[in-house]
Amino acid sequence: MPDTGLKQGTVLLEVKDLVKDFDVSRPWLNRVIEGTQRQILRAVDGVSFAINRGETLSLVGESGCGKSTVARLICGLYAPSAGSIVFGGKDLATIGQRSEMLTMRRRFQMIFQDPYASLNPRWRVDSIVAEPILSHDLMKKGEPLDKRVGELLSDVGLSPLDREKYPHEFSGGQRQRISIARALSSNPEFLVCDEPTSALDVSVQAQILNLMKDLQREHGLTYLFISHNLAVVSHISNRVGVMYLGRIVEIADTKTLFKRPLHPYTRMLQSAIPDITMSGKPRTPVAGEVPNPLDPPTGCTFNPRCPHAREKCRVERPPLLPFEGAEVACHGIHEGWVPIVPGIEPSQINA
Amino acid sequence: MSALLEVRNLRVEFNTRRGTLVAIDDVSFDIAPGEVLGVVGESGAGKSITGTAIIGLLERPGRVAGGEIRMEGKRIDNLPPEQMRKIRGRHIGAIFQDPLTSLNPLYTIGTQLIETIQTHIPMSGADARKRAIELLGEVGIPAPERRIDHYPHQFSGGMRQRVVIALALCANPKLIIADEPTTALDVSIQAQIITLLKRLCRDNGTAIMLVTHDMGVIAETADRVAVMYAGRVVEIGPVQEVIHNPQHPYTTGLMGSIPAVGQELERLPQIEGSMPRLNAIPAGCPFNPRCPRVFDRCKVERPNLLPADNSLAACWLHAPEMAAPGAPKDWSDGAVHA
Repeated sequence: MPDTGLKQGTVLLEVKDLVKDFDVSRPWLNRVIEGTQRQILRAVDGVSFAINRGETLSLVGESGCGKSTVARLICGLYAPSAGSIVFGGKDLATIGQRSEMLTMRRRFQMIFQDPYASLNPRWRVDSIVAEPILSHDLMKKGEPLDKRVGELLSDVGLSPLDREKYPHEFSGGQRQRISIARALSSNPEFLVCDEPTSALDVSVQAQILNLMKDLQREHGLTYLFISHNLAVVSHISNRVGVMYLGRIVEIADTKTLFKRPLHPYTRMLQSAIPDITMSGKPRTPVAGEVPNPLDPPTGCTFNPRCPHAREKCRVERPPLLPFEGAEVACHGIHEGWVPIVPGIEPSQINA
Repeated sequence: MSALLEVRNLRVEFNTRRGTLVAIDDVSFDIAPGEVLGVVGESGAGKSITGTAIIGLLERPGRVAGGEIRMEGKRIDNLPPEQMRKIRGRHIGAIFQDPLTSLNPLYTIGTQLIETIQTHIPMSGADARKRAIELLGEVGIPAPERRIDHYPHQFSGGMRQRVVIALALCANPKLIIADEPTTALDVSIQAQIITLLKRLCRDNGTAIMLVTHDMGVIAETADRVAVMYAGRVVEIGPVQEVIHNPQHPYTTGLMGSIPAVGQELERLPQIEGSMPRLNAIPAGCPFNPRCPRVFDRCKVERPNLLPADNSLAACWLHAPEMAAPGAPKDWSDGAVHA
């Protein structure tokens, strides 16, 4: 790994007040004829967080909460509407030159959700895995490159002989291993993983999660892990951010978040997980659905579903403020009128 | 208590150009009235095929090649399509994974509900509409008298799944086959749908065959669980037993690989390898190449379901002191409902 002058524990990526708007208006002519206005969907609404080198930060939330959009913004697949992304001390928005951008890009890679859609079916595995190496000009075609591809494939638990095959010859789990090998091929420091296991069966998911942890240890990788599965998140991450309608409502280290969930939404999510242990814990009643993001509620966006909502929640947007080792965006917690209840105790979990 | 649905030695084959693939091989189980039987397994284990075989919706080249399916004692696997249509919907309802594809986008949900009700129960249009509104209210759709005239696209995913459940309930069937009913939904909505299914099952005495790959959903909903692997039932028993005291090494591995919130483990226990393809199912026990406790017999001889604690498991570890081949009687009603 190249020396970037940064050590373990220092901030690798910092995201500040990130905003992404999508224009979902009808075409211009329709707007003129029907007299309708432009419609803007704010998918990410002022998200800030930092990831330290070597740690795993997870973002969880339900469909449409903007977690994948954050992942794509960081990877440069979307341009942010506002806010900044600082990677390794450099603001990505200020990079003008293509060559400088390319060097930056080499340092982070992405793993996608669907291993069937993210691999080109007409390419052999060796071309797929070697593509980042060649496009970043890290090596020339030839013997050493073949050797490197073989190494990468063994790293992710495949055989170096698999390089001759096409993606359709592999199962879902093996394909996800190929995408991980491809992501690792440019020696990145940072991986953005967008639901890497949600298309996989549980036993395969366990294999992939173990592999990702092993690789993190061996290569000193930093992960941003996007998932809707709280159990997976609690297993893999050091810190967890909970998103709701484009905002982070709570962020804390994993133990704190699960032992003492603060935000009513976090509690609701936790109690909604089907409980394999059948411990008979009381469930927070789950009511309602995620509102239409085109027309989000005013104030705290969770207020229509929140059992503790008061007038203030309907008017004033709560800022994300520190609270006893966590950060939470809830008026009630900070003003003390939402009772703090313990979450899931590890002792309750099955042996 | 006599069983509502009996499946005996069911075998489903797919004839392909490259030979016959056996998707379901010798599967037997019962469902009692009002009972929720969970069927779990990984992709390709044959869970959904079992469900579609029961409601007679297997698509060619798939066909039931052997065994019997009985509903209240009457065989239903060899009925002509016309008669099967009368049973489907009237006696057996179905809920599928994707609520958007189960509803016709061109008709209001009211039209679809009324059509289904009138197909199965002779009823005037006005009465059927009243019944449809009742059903929508029962599955928790707010303002049903207004919502009944809406089109599927005007509903959210969770609400659509409720409409699909209302459709399945139209004729008060005694059995509902629910194939991954919550997989396409978010966790908070999933919890709502599970609660709804449980309540309906209790109130109407409907039995449910719940097909899913999510052990959490099974744990919360089912009374008994059947674990499938490579087209076979490898373990069947009461839900608590199968989860806390699994008897088949595959079930043990499957349970271990599920991460739990709050559990602090550096590595998840994993089962090496992956499920065999249908054209390459190993001889003997299909799990033997991946099994940590494999021994010689597993590689040659196929185990049938054997009593193991309070469950049944298809594993030679439970053979009465490795008895002579064919000696243990593998299937009896008493043991299934133990």
